[in-house]
Amino acid sequence: MSDSLSKLEKRTAYTLVLPAVLLVFAIVLFPIFANVWISFKDIELKDIRIPEPRAKKIVKSISENQSELKIIYKLRNSSLIQEIRNVQFQDKFPTNVSPINLDPRCNFQSKKIVCNFGNWQAKYRENFEITVVNNKGEIIDKKIIKSQKPILSGKADNPLLTTNFTLENFKKVFYENNFVELLLTTFYFTFFGTVGAIIFGILAAQLVNQNIQGRTYMRGILLFPYVGPVVALAYTWTLLLDPNSGTLNALLVNFNVIEQPINLLGQKYITMSIFGFEFKLRLALTTVIFFEIWRYFPLAFLFILARLQAIPQSLYEAAEVDGASPIQKFIHITLPQITAIISILFMIRFIWNFNKFEDIFLLTGGASGTRTLPINVYQQGFAVSDIGMGSAVSIVIVMLLLSFMIIYFRLIGKRANEV
Amino acid sequence: MKFKSLAIFLIISSFFLTCILSIWKIMATLQGLSFTNLNVIPIFLIGILLSLAFVLIGNKINHLIKIFSLSFIFSFLYFYLNEASPYWYILGVFLITLFFTNKLKKYSIQSLKEDFISEKIIFDFITLFGIIFFAFVILFPFYIMLVTSFKTQIALLVNPLDFSLDFTKSLAELFKSYFVIFETYNFGRYILISSAVSIGTVIVTLLFAIPAAYAVARLNFFGKNFLSTSILIIYMFPAIVLVIPLYTVFSQLGLRNSIFGLLIVYTATTLPVAIYMLQGYFKSIPKEIEDAGIMDGQNWFGIILKIIIPLSLPAIASVALYVFMIAWNEFLFSLMFLDSPKSFTLSRAIQYLSGDAETPRQYLMAGSVIVTLPVLFIFIYFEKYLVSGLTAGSVKE
Repeated sequence: MSDSLSKLEKRTAYTLVLPAVLLVFAIVLFPIFANVWISFKDIELKDIRIPEPRAKKIVKSISENQSELKIIYKLRNSSLIQEIRNVQFQDKFPTNVSPINLDPRCNFQSKKIVCNFGNWQAKYRENFEITVVNNKGEIIDKKIIKSQKPILSGKADNPLLTTNFTLENFKKVFYENNFVELLLTTFYFTFFGTVGAIIFGILAAQLVNQNIQGRTYMRGILLFPYVGPVVALAYTWTLLLDPNSGTLNALLVNFNVIEQPINLLGQKYITMSIFGFEFKLRLALTTVIFFEIWRYFPLAFLFILARLQAIPQSLYEAAEVDGASPIQKFIHITLPQITAIISILFMIRFIWNFNKFEDIFLLTGGASGTRTLPINVYQQGFAVSDIGMGSAVSIVIVMLLLSFMIIYFRLIGKRANEV
Repeated sequence: MKFKSLAIFLIISSFFLTCILSIWKIMATLQGLSFTNLNVIPIFLIGILLSLAFVLIGNKINHLIKIFSLSFIFSFLYFYLNEASPYWYILGVFLITLFFTNKLKKYSIQSLKEDFISEKIIFDFITLFGIIFFAFVILFPFYIMLVTSFKTQIALLVNPLDFSLDFTKSLAELFKSYFVIFETYNFGRYILISSAVSIGTVIVTLLFAIPAAYAVARLNFFGKNFLSTSILIIYMFPAIVLVIPLYTVFSQLGLRNSIFGLLIVYTATTLPVAIYMLQGYFKSIPKEIEDAGIMDGQNWFGIILKIIIPLSLPAIASVALYVFMIAWNEFLFSLMFLDSPKSFTLSRAIQYLSGDAETPRQYLMAGSVIVTLPVLFIFIYFEKYLVSGLTAGSVKE
């Protein structure tokens, strides 16, 4: 009895879960594996369409005789690199209209013309002509002829499914792609973006957690950058930072802080000297990191605030009685209470910043030393239109991510044991 | 000891005042006033005098009279020290000083003798300064976005600091950018597409997520634990690694440039987090309520429809809002999948606009305002739901 009940329960569970699982498999998991496949293929953006036979129909009249027409089909293979096998062609004519001097590859039967064109090489083109007459000598309506579209079919290999593989893409990723710089830029961006967001998050949470008026409004306002659409925010920042008529540069020049406008998003390095030491700062990258911090510190803030509000007030009161200073209270009470959430936030934001594409793409497009791995996927796959190469970079990202996750779950696992 | 804390008090409080007044001056400069000097040092010095006068007077006169007279004197001095400025600007200075002196209320010669007073002073003013700083840094870009959409390219090139709005112009003139982007650039259509995609995603996601979340929360089946951990792992994988395979497959299936294609992708990418959020909530519903439903002869469909959904409306609302926000703001997939202006979403349309260097910036900003406003309104109105959605969702974001 209970056995059949649990069977029923299982069946119900699978029916409930299956649609969601299938969808996620198809759209999320399948592409991750498909990347592996594509990354070993020499394939470009223009190759991904399955080749198909195409025909453009042109109807022309011959001489004065309106009961006779010439039809030209401009035939071609849509692919520049692949052949199409066994191309079949079909077109219909109105009643009483039939072709004369028909090409030997074709047959005419009951108002239908069927041709067998055999194999078409890549780039194949042909002007295929048919002359048609009306058997009763009546005028043929050109429009009717033209409105009938020919049907073509043929067999072609899907360029994605062929089994010729190559290691070229990975060689290119590691040896021809400035891989070390790419990796370093990605890590700079990820690390400083994450740390900055968490530091500002702690500051903001500490502020809002105090008894100030308008605390709830403040919490709302602080989340604006996070909930706003990235496109709008990135373009607003581009406008603000524009060297020619951007507000920030105009303000700084106006108040004599700087003499010349600085191209914050378009300059790779800026030389700074602090205490006589001169060093080069990655300017555009730093600006992008600041945008990143601006946009994502709200998230850190939200989590840390939630944690802060859960700290029992009695701890602080006890410390007050013991004569602790505000700094001591922060170091000895607040910090230990938020280290757990900070470490979780660090790992999550680290992984997410590592994958960040939109922000950098919209601000600099990956120029001036802001090319990170995700930007590289786009550049290789769509700007250079080398799909295989883009996939290979994706695979590198997935591999790095998996290793982060293993570290993450190891650490979280340990933490769970401690608590 | 007393002098040390007094000095710290004077310096910190005056520094704070100088900072707010500088922000005020920057904002005034953006209204077209031609200030070229922040005058930080003189303001800092008279700020010190103001704070000193405040603690020295102490309780000798009524607080209100004290702050009003001090602020008045301060504004007067400020007026003399500064470049020529209109009265509304000085009125602002007066109000800021009033706010500042009111904040000084709890300090007096006596209170400066307390333990750790210097740390407390620093904390107090850092709090005040921090709040103003954060509010300024966050709201400033939004402010620029809004006002730029009401200006013209030429006016901004002539004086990039003049964001003042000319209200003597007719409304049609003022909102010209908005009319243009609706008429010339077809933004009405993009709003419709964006809404359709976002609302569609919410509905489809909920349809898929509620049953799945119920099964994960309540039923026992093989692979349940695997499923709930893989939900988290899947959500960690970024859109950028999905893009190339999806692009190729969608090209071959003819799903690019279609709203349907976008809808599938958005649903699949938000499903894991939706399931995660919902199952957490479903687990908190007492099982006894369901048992009563089973007694009544309900099947799982009836239980979900008549018991689970009505009881978890708040959670469903926060999932719906969260998913709506993700879908509305999404950019990467719409960039990859949509090439034809016929099927653009708002985000994609704005990016397309910006691709043309000739596009005046006020149109770009008007578009940005249009795409931002709905999200901000929804956020402000449903903040409570969204915040709980964000906290649950973004751990796995």
